[in-house]
Amino acid sequence: MAENLKAIRRRIKSVESTRKMTQAMKLVSAAKLRRAQERASLARPYAEALKDVLEELAKGASGLGHPLLTERPVKRRGYIVLTSDRGLCGPYNSGVLRLVEGQRQAGAVVMVAVGKKGRDIFRRRQDEILAEFAPIGDNPDYLLAEAIGQAASTAFLSGAVDQVDLVWSASVSSVLSRPKTERLLPVVPPAAETALSHVAPLFEPSEERVLAGLLPAYVNGVIYSALVDAKAAEHAARMVAMDNATRNAGDLIRSLVLVRNRARQAAITGEIAEIVGGAAALV
Amino acid sequence: MNSYQLRIVTPERPFFEGPCTFLIVRTEDGEIGVLHGHTPLVSPLVPTVVDLRLENDSEGRRYLAVSGGFLEVRPDKVTLLARTAEWAGEIDQERAEAARLRAEEHLLDTAADRERARFAKRRAEARLQAARAEQGPAARLAHDRSAG
Repeated sequence: MAENLKAIRRRIKSVESTRKMTQAMKLVSAAKLRRAQERASLARPYAEALKDVLEELAKGASGLGHPLLTERPVKRRGYIVLTSDRGLCGPYNSGVLRLVEGQRQAGAVVMVAVGKKGRDIFRRRQDEILAEFAPIGDNPDYLLAEAIGQAASTAFLSGAVDQVDLVWSASVSSVLSRPKTERLLPVVPPAAETALSHVAPLFEPSEERVLAGLLPAYVNGVIYSALVDAKAAEHAARMVAMDNATRNAGDLIRSLVLVRNRARQAAITGEIAEIVGGAAALV
Repeated sequence: MNSYQLRIVTPERPFFEGPCTFLIVRTEDGEIGVLHGHTPLVSPLVPTVVDLRLENDSEGRRYLAVSGGFLEVRPDKVTLLARTAEWAGEIDQERAEAARLRAEEHLLDTAADRERARFAKRRAEARLQAARAEQGPAARLAHDRSAG
């Protein structure tokens, strides 16, 4: 009996320290989430301004031609998959990876792995990895987006892949995210909202040259937006996962305490019985 | 003097917003000045120093360096979409000078990526130019003359 009691006490202590850790991780994620959300909202004005310019260009000019816009029959698809570097974030990575898995039947796929988790999985499955960016840290910057965009554009222009999709866990609300796919290349020019009634701008030196500069910037901008969005979603997912873990640990501790008390009571009862028995024998 | 609303945004954050009376930037075609009522225009920028005259600024002129991007002029507002932007006062001249020398070395090195080196050189020059402009017209003139 005494052995059993000791084991239960040890178990309670261990669960208590686990709870402390999950609690701390939850708080850390909450703080990081706030920062990531702020970065995501700071990135919005640039993304929107860039989109406006591209809309303007697509509207003004008919029959724009650029290699990054050219559609061709899709034989090999490339996926830029944004995952986290670390685990303990619930269904954050598995959702994204499952989505990619679903595309595999449709034909040959090539991966651009962003984040350690995705990279490790693709390596283990011996997927063709075009480029990998890991670890990406907590604050991915625009330079990273440029590097990813460069790798994707090069692969697309060289004909290594015929289409590139971006897959990430997109924030739906501050605690909910959902895996999402967006076509990156060839670029789909954003559809202009109903005619803004103002003078069409001049494009200098020429529409082609402006487009040639604008498209890579647009691709990088889309990637950067997804990166910061995915980071916010990651911290949110981890926060929720750690909150659940903390609550589960609490439940477990409560039921263990009951068992412990029962065992302790049983031990005391046993001892009293022994004493009473011994005293009775002496009389 | 008439002013217009100027916005400078970078991918990572909005950099500046406020009324401006005049600005000068360098586009792929050359230097361009934008006053109130400029015709709508979109043009790619090379790495450049941006010369701003703000409406309500006692100092009158502000300088910053951008490493490429786009200038978008609309009837109601002007937007600079800059890849990166730095106020002249925040630029570390020694670092910029070191970057310029490094880029020049790369330009001589046939194995290096020439395109990138040329871009790096122009960016470093823009930063130096902005930093010098901030220090006063004398330094700026001297530099312009030496640059030929």
